[in-house]
Amino acid sequence: MELRRLRADLHIHTCLSPCGELAMSPRAVVDRARAVGLDLIAVTDHNTTENAAAVIEAARGTGLAVLAGIELTTAEEVHILGLFDTGAELGPFQAEVYRNLPDVPSKKKFVKDQVIVDAADYVTGFSPRCLFGATLFSVHDAVGLIHGHGGLAIACHVDRESFSIISQLGFIPPGLGLEAVEVSPRLTVAEARATLGPFDPLPIVRFSDAHKPEEIGSATTDFLVASPGLGEIRKALAGEAGRKVIPS
Amino acid sequence: MTLTDLATRLELKVFTAGIPLDRPVLGGYASDLLSDVIGHARKDDLWVTMQVHPNIVAVAVLKELAGIVLVNGREPAPETFAQAEREKVPVLGTRLGTFELVGRLYAMGVKGG
Repeated sequence: MELRRLRADLHIHTCLSPCGELAMSPRAVVDRARAVGLDLIAVTDHNTTENAAAVIEAARGTGLAVLAGIELTTAEEVHILGLFDTGAELGPFQAEVYRNLPDVPSKKKFVKDQVIVDAADYVTGFSPRCLFGATLFSVHDAVGLIHGHGGLAIACHVDRESFSIISQLGFIPPGLGLEAVEVSPRLTVAEARATLGPFDPLPIVRFSDAHKPEEIGSATTDFLVASPGLGEIRKALAGEAGRKVIPS
Repeated sequence: MTLTDLATRLELKVFTAGIPLDRPVLGGYASDLLSDVIGHARKDDLWVTMQVHPNIVAVAVLKELAGIVLVNGREPAPETFAQAEREKVPVLGTRLGTFELVGRLYAMGVKGG
């Protein structure tokens, strides 16, 4: 099968995230992703997957591939990215996350509206949950839950001073089973290797963690794959069957 | 001052019952960011934290800390407990929060660097 190089930004928030701008609507995300030349994106709101289907729908027919995803906050306040296939049934996964997300009344002043939308950018609801809070899952539980629902688990922005597995836990626990580590747009993969360590055998990816439209694609990773599905990304991260990660 | 003195006077719960508490405590450090503890704690410090992940044991071994006190009534995760027993790292606990516990430790002469 012929392999092609796809440019991906697999860490993008929408207007449902407590810190995501209202401007991060499905159509806006898709338009911006296409405008900056992305082939593949993932919708990764804090502790929720509820806007993923709308973005997937908004991208239909545009040539942009969209994976469903989540940015889970663990009990240690580590952010773990969970990536799922475009058509994955995430209801049971989401229910398990919400069962483990404590309900803490949040001050409206400090969180945004947490807007649930449809593919045409119409508002269909507002999440009443404390999406920015930490779940009761340990990092091991979180990775296990993501894997149990067929997903890939990536430690987020490991170079940052907060919510990083390195900042919170000092080092990546042996046997955690991550598929990759992500660095923020602040530094290159080469700089990450030099300053944080090689992370071998885990591949290093670099995504935007966009909360505003103009941040989409500000950090990307290229994948040499046969198609933009999750199975191909999994092979690329594992370096299998000629698929690979090409840091950019 | 030894861990035994502190555990008795502050009524600390001892999770790792099989590990001797005769180790001297020369100072203290309080932080929930393990990267920060790796950077700033000193040998023979008593470490006050609310993190219960197994990595706390590795950090205590790495920094040669006197022991770990978990605050807010937290209990070590099962794997944390197992590793602490294996590595002979004393793990204690209290219902007090960090601020209150550190205040009492300081009043007893346990100081930061």
